[in-house]
Amino acid sequence: MTPGTAVWFARHESRLAWRDWLSMITAGRRERLRRVVIAILVFATFMHFVAYWMVGRYADAVIDKPVLTTITASILLSWLLMVSQAMESMTRAFYSRSDLDLILASPVAAQRLFAVRIATVAVAVAMMAIPLAAPFIDILIVRGGLRWIGAYGLIVAMGAAAAALAVGFTVALFRIIGPRRTRLVAQVVAAVIGAAFVIGLQVAAILSYGTISRATVLQSRAVLAHAPNLTSIVWWPARAATGDWLALIGVLAVSFALLAAAIALVAPRFGEYAVATTGAGASSVGRTGRQSAFKKISPRRALRRKEWMLLLRDPWLVSQTFMQMLYLIPPAVLLWRSFDDGNGAYNLLVPVLVMAAGQLGGGLAWLAISGEDAPDLVATAPVPARFVLRAKVEAVLGAVAVVFAPLLAVLAILSPWHALVASAGIVVATTAATAIQLWFRSQAKRSQFRRRQVSSRVATFTEAFSSIGWAATAAVAAVSLVLAIAPALIALLVVAGAWIMSPRPAAA
Amino acid sequence: MKHVMPLSPFALEISGLVKRFDRPAVDGLDLAVRTGEFYALLGPNGAGKTTTLRMIAGLLRPDAGMIKVAGIDALADPVKAKQIMAWISDEPMIYDKLTPREYLEFVAGLWGIEPTIAESRAESLLAWLDLAPHAHERCEGFSKGMRQKVALAGALVHDPRVIILDEPLTGLDAGSARQVKGVLRERVDAGGTIIMTTHILEVAERMADRIGVIAHGRLIAEGTLEELRLQAGKTSGGPRDGASLEDTFLALVAEQAQAA
Repeated sequence: MTPGTAVWFARHESRLAWRDWLSMITAGRRERLRRVVIAILVFATFMHFVAYWMVGRYADAVIDKPVLTTITASILLSWLLMVSQAMESMTRAFYSRSDLDLILASPVAAQRLFAVRIATVAVAVAMMAIPLAAPFIDILIVRGGLRWIGAYGLIVAMGAAAAALAVGFTVALFRIIGPRRTRLVAQVVAAVIGAAFVIGLQVAAILSYGTISRATVLQSRAVLAHAPNLTSIVWWPARAATGDWLALIGVLAVSFALLAAAIALVAPRFGEYAVATTGAGASSVGRTGRQSAFKKISPRRALRRKEWMLLLRDPWLVSQTFMQMLYLIPPAVLLWRSFDDGNGAYNLLVPVLVMAAGQLGGGLAWLAISGEDAPDLVATAPVPARFVLRAKVEAVLGAVAVVFAPLLAVLAILSPWHALVASAGIVVATTAATAIQLWFRSQAKRSQFRRRQVSSRVATFTEAFSSIGWAATAAVAAVSLVLAIAPALIALLVVAGAWIMSPRPAAA
Repeated sequence: MKHVMPLSPFALEISGLVKRFDRPAVDGLDLAVRTGEFYALLGPNGAGKTTTLRMIAGLLRPDAGMIKVAGIDALADPVKAKQIMAWISDEPMIYDKLTPREYLEFVAGLWGIEPTIAESRAESLLAWLDLAPHAHERCEGFSKGMRQKVALAGALVHDPRVIILDEPLTGLDAGSARQVKGVLRERVDAGGTIIMTTHILEVAERMADRIGVIAHGRLIAEGTLEELRLQAGKTSGGPRDGASLEDTFLALVAEQAQAA
């Protein structure tokens, strides 16, 4: 293979991507590969059962307007998530310095590599979507025939279009707001795009119909009345997924044309943009305006204050950590809508609050415990390790309290019982998530927040299942305390399982 | 700067120190550093220098052995020992989102220093290390040298009696390195004790009162430069009088490798 050609670069990129993926799923330990493969197979089988339950009955559905509306909305939702992922990857490609200096200093035509790198984002985005969609498509193929295989083609087209849009958006940001702000803005926008559509549909459902169901909106007369004719181009992606080959070819052609145009326009200048990002962080000198006198402060308070300051001063971390809070918007709207209603809405609200608190607590606990940027300083301070941990846990609980207190206060006015149950659930879910992060702590940089799941899959899953368990417990407890014992025991078992599986801390 | 009078003639006493990872990293190390001494610990890569310093600083727990810092048993009472120690590594670990002044306030809080004393020390350290103009800028845009100086200020703001440094001059420019060396020398002159590893032998040669050479987790030679020359000269082919520390060090390490 001739060095410096696009194919040679593609081979180089695919090798790096493969090893990165392998390292991610095995958390860097190759001996885990067999277990991981078995786990993936088990999970895939399970997901096929879930898919059968969810979409099996629609395999032979007549393709009418309500069906096209629902499929189109699902495609749009998935595509926005893919755009979000592509923007995240594209930002990393521009800002990651790893091998750019080597490539730009070498005598090869660097635009070939950059063209490959942009195409790689498209492939990666599609490859990430396919495993998630595959169980649903497979079930539709088995139940409804080969025509559904077009859905796989649609995913490829969606990946190409998502990458093209991500490139265009990132370059536009570069030109409008400059490289220094682009990274943060692109990452925040990527995260918001991923959540906005779901949240928007839920809010619309609550405002129009008083439920949190997205399907209610999509199947409503109002939406169907405004939907275009069955022959409209708007339905092409949905038709492509359902086996209309002409529509599929059209969607693929448009998507690849967009990607080709993005590559042709951006690849020759990619190096220029990437070079512009060098030192973008260095020039961002944040200043604090006032000089206050040093205060008498205990080590625990110093640690708590430090955690809060670091969090508040990092807009990217704030956006990543509190992104989950966007999902509180629908229940907040529901709460507002239910001001005069009965208990039904509150029963729905309690588990949502508890679940969100668990997730937020887990993220903040990772930042405070594992994401310590000066571990040696804290470890060499004359403060017992248990005090350090206690201070960090207090910082996490304090931050969660600040976020949830206003919602709980409103809920307390409307229904003191539900507020009490939600408060207890929030404390327990946050404490459990924090404890799990504590047991699985490993030293990392705060900037690795997005990849924290890689270090321990067990911690990630047990934290999620613990939050779900405590949310279920709170939901049941709001109705009957006795019945809540069963889900509480399950949640406790999850937490106990996490403790048993956690690595024993090395003596230090 | 004002300094507390030492309580023990030895700033550091180590005996029978052992730490094993896959293989022994530190293998029965005995070491004693006098109070007010500048002690340089040299050795080839993987000799066990950093592991030793991390155990002294309380960042690693030894498998066996004893560590006393200024007469305090650092394994039995680590909090008391840490109160009089400071640790600086080659990679300055500071908080990007804090300013140098806020960083020093945080360190002072951890060490429980009185605010008025801490603030006065912080001001003078920031001025001394040319950080005063950047005292209210977040550290995220700082160069390696500036970050190392912030870390050094953090180590000194609680006025430690024993300072442990692991390759503190790595990656510093000539100006910053000279500044750091000046600060360290001043601390020793004020009665403090410095224990430092370095690969820059010229620094050890010019600054250290005594030098220890470590290989395979054991102390293979120790003394002033003259004493080390004598020790190395005993073997055939060893360095002659007036040989540099580099020649002496290489001869000692080669002799140890042959013996092993």
